[in-house]
Amino acid sequence: MLEYSVRRLALGVLTVLAVTLVLFSVMQLMPGDPIRLLADPGRVPPHRIEELQRQWGLDRPVAVQYLYWLGNLARGNFGHSIISGQSVSVLIASRLPFTLVLALTSLLLHYLLAVPLGLLAAVRSGSRLDRAIVVITTALRTIPGFWLAILLMLLFAIRLRWFPISGYQGLSSLVLPVATLTLPMLGGTVRLTRAEVLETIGERFVLTAYAKGLGHRAVRLRHVLRNALIPVTVMFFLSLPWVVGGSVIIENIFAWPGMGRLLWGSITNQDLPVVQGIIMVIAILTVVCNTIGDVISGLLDPRVRIELEEGR
Amino acid sequence: MNMAKLLQVSDLRVEFLTGRGTVRAVGGVAFQLDRGEVFALVGESGCGKSTTALAVMRLVPPPGRILGGSIRLRGDDLLTLDEDSMTQVRGRHIAMIFQNPMVSLNPVYRAGAQVQEAIVLDQVPKNEAWRRAVDLLGRVYIADPAHRALSYPHELSGGMRQRVMTGMMVSRQPDLLIADEPTTALDVTIQAQVLDLLLELRDRTGMALLIITHDLGIVAEIADRVGVMYAGSLVEQGPVFDIFEEPLHPYTRLLMRALPRLTKGQGSLHTIPGQVPSLIQLPPGCPFHPRCPDRMEICSTKMPGLTVPAGGREVACYLHGVGERQ
Amino acid sequence: MKLELAQREVNGSRNARSWRTILLGNGQLMAGVFIFALVMAVALFADGLALRPYDAMDLGNRLQPPGTGGPLGTDQFGRDLFSRVVYGSRIALRVGLIVVTIETVLGVTMGLFAGYYGGWVDRVIASVTDVTWALPPIVLALAIVTALGPSLNNVIIAIALVSWAGYARLIRTKTQGLKNMPFVEAARALGESDLSIMFRYILPNTFGLVIVLATLSLPGAILSTTALSFLGLGSQPPAPDWGVILNEGIRHLYDAPWISVFPGLAIVCTALGFNLLGEGLRDVLDPRMKV
Repeated sequence: MLEYSVRRLALGVLTVLAVTLVLFSVMQLMPGDPIRLLADPGRVPPHRIEELQRQWGLDRPVAVQYLYWLGNLARGNFGHSIISGQSVSVLIASRLPFTLVLALTSLLLHYLLAVPLGLLAAVRSGSRLDRAIVVITTALRTIPGFWLAILLMLLFAIRLRWFPISGYQGLSSLVLPVATLTLPMLGGTVRLTRAEVLETIGERFVLTAYAKGLGHRAVRLRHVLRNALIPVTVMFFLSLPWVVGGSVIIENIFAWPGMGRLLWGSITNQDLPVVQGIIMVIAILTVVCNTIGDVISGLLDPRVRIELEEGR
Repeated sequence: MNMAKLLQVSDLRVEFLTGRGTVRAVGGVAFQLDRGEVFALVGESGCGKSTTALAVMRLVPPPGRILGGSIRLRGDDLLTLDEDSMTQVRGRHIAMIFQNPMVSLNPVYRAGAQVQEAIVLDQVPKNEAWRRAVDLLGRVYIADPAHRALSYPHELSGGMRQRVMTGMMVSRQPDLLIADEPTTALDVTIQAQVLDLLLELRDRTGMALLIITHDLGIVAEIADRVGVMYAGSLVEQGPVFDIFEEPLHPYTRLLMRALPRLTKGQGSLHTIPGQVPSLIQLPPGCPFHPRCPDRMEICSTKMPGLTVPAGGREVACYLHGVGERQ
Repeated sequence: MKLELAQREVNGSRNARSWRTILLGNGQLMAGVFIFALVMAVALFADGLALRPYDAMDLGNRLQPPGTGGPLGTDQFGRDLFSRVVYGSRIALRVGLIVVTIETVLGVTMGLFAGYYGGWVDRVIASVTDVTWALPPIVLALAIVTALGPSLNNVIIAIALVSWAGYARLIRTKTQGLKNMPFVEAARALGESDLSIMFRYILPNTFGLVIVLATLSLPGAILSTTALSFLGLGSQPPAPDWGVILNEGIRHLYDAPWISVFPGLAIVCTALGFNLLGEGLRDVLDPRMKV
């Protein structure tokens, strides 16, 4: 298990490296460099522009720039914002907790709602309740998050005045963004839970469990749920990065002071170092979450563990 | 001693409701078993023998349901019990080994734990139950049971899994053990070992065995009595020796002929012409009449009842008297 | 056992039943077809349906509610919201179709190559998809748009680039299953080239899967592109893109909420239609299809 985890982690590091390369290449494709964009050539003397380019390392060969940048990344130095001059790591560190709170709360709430609903649908499979749960949660998926945000604002912030419309004023500010992130995601998890439970109920080993004399409750808990919830649990970790991705848009609508808002602001200002830094953080988060997901899946399912220990 | 038979199944009927219509999987099956007896239900796949076994456990999966009849265990009808009482019966009085142990053991629990889980049901403390589980695994001839108890099912060979399954199912000392195709997925040598093990357990504990199989070789090797099923009905039953020596029902005869006999060195393999009928639209009369070489006029109109020629035998065929179905 | 038997008979009987009963019997599919037809009709006949050009301002009639200011009201420049939403359907459908076409071509080609050749080709394509999946799609799309600059075309490219990988994986699996089928081996024995086998023998057998995949990914494509337009990175005003209208509407939540409601309804309707259509098609073509 340990060996497998290490191998998995190494693979994750390789993926992060690949992402840095792609990211760096993509950024190189950008039209114009930020210094020229910001510094009006008519008013800033050419030697000053060159000086700035040197200062930001923009005059060196591309490969050197990449390695230099990578070295900095490894030391946790993401450079400085072109706009505010602040350290990118400090900027991100001040925003990341807000994003994580938003994403984790949404994900937890989403699981607290979706898993019981999925179980209920599976237990009552074929009934009207089952149909209703699946249809409604699936229909929620077709609602774009940013529009749902607007509707929730209109209803709960403007009409009913229950929650603040935007910004961060304590816990009540969390309600609408969390609802916006949670609702559209429900369908997928409800369907997954329902499908896994139904598939497991049909397994032969469930008959075995009954045959040796276990009651309904024990069979459902120890044999159906225990097995069916493995993919559901793993999916929790795999979806965390997606929720963070989704929060990029939602944070901007609700003026939530997280990383997504910083990202969008930096994109509109062409603040490259900040954009690169945030995308790196999200990439690392994604790879870490995928690795955790794989390790958990190995912990919960001995078949996966063996397969992986033998090295695919 | 109790006068009632250990198991007495009569007029058992099971249906599956499908989108296409009602599948009459088991249509009025009756047989009985004494203590320590080995009874084999034999037939082609799809003839309803596995469904019959599941019905005895009351584990017919939906959309199947038991329509009627009775299943008496020492006189008590299992079909009238509520679910909780039935749970008390399963494992304790009747246990069942399933075919294909690959998918019949839970992949996420260790072999020993799955046996332990059964033993604990009889109010045995967990440590003691584990000790007994290891002990049982040893008694079903698993080498190094203390170590093997810690293995997961996929780490075990097919034969070992079947033995774990057997150990698990006899752990609560049931009066009746049902074995559904217990050797199908196994190598020939392992097959023999599993069958020997079942007989040994029977001898040691006095439990009865209900074997479900399509393999007449297994029947010959292990059973005291045999019932032949065709299209959801028992067409013939009796002592195994008599049936092999002189099959009465035309279907049984054809089945025997289809059996390759290595001893006589015959090269040709007989097959039964025609197809097993769809259980949704059973032909009227005897279900076998479309394929029967000896069919008479009456066969296509009226279902023959069981007649009792002699020597504890029963056969549902007009060739052997005019019994009518009750 | 018995059940499988019956099930097989049920599936087998599908040929016997007429296709008309199947189509009409599938409520989901019919609802999908209906909504799809409706949206297509609105897009096709936008010129006839719209009351005014989408960019015709009328500053005297700013922020009029539905009813007094046209069926859906007017926006901050007095433009008729109904006309803008109607014309918006053209943008949404065009963008959706282009995105889906690009990702289908990319994904199917990659999937065919990965599944057919296996070995290092498969591994290279797998690592490309792994890197694609190392970022949530919307974040990757943002990165690409940042690099290329904000415009609708760049958004189309970005969304297509981040979403082909899922196709590739499903087509790869399907190809692996097909490549050892007798008809493929026969083609190989007849000396057909690899390319010809992939595109003339295997590809036609994946059409069912491809059609369902394309239909089901269209709503996602429309949702993602409108989201980026909403953020100001895609279509630019005065384009009647639903995302752009919503972006403008959010500034008038208090005095003109209708601007923020109707474009969203249009998006949901379109997305729902394609979802129903896709799932209905899947059920008709192959209920066991894993999509």
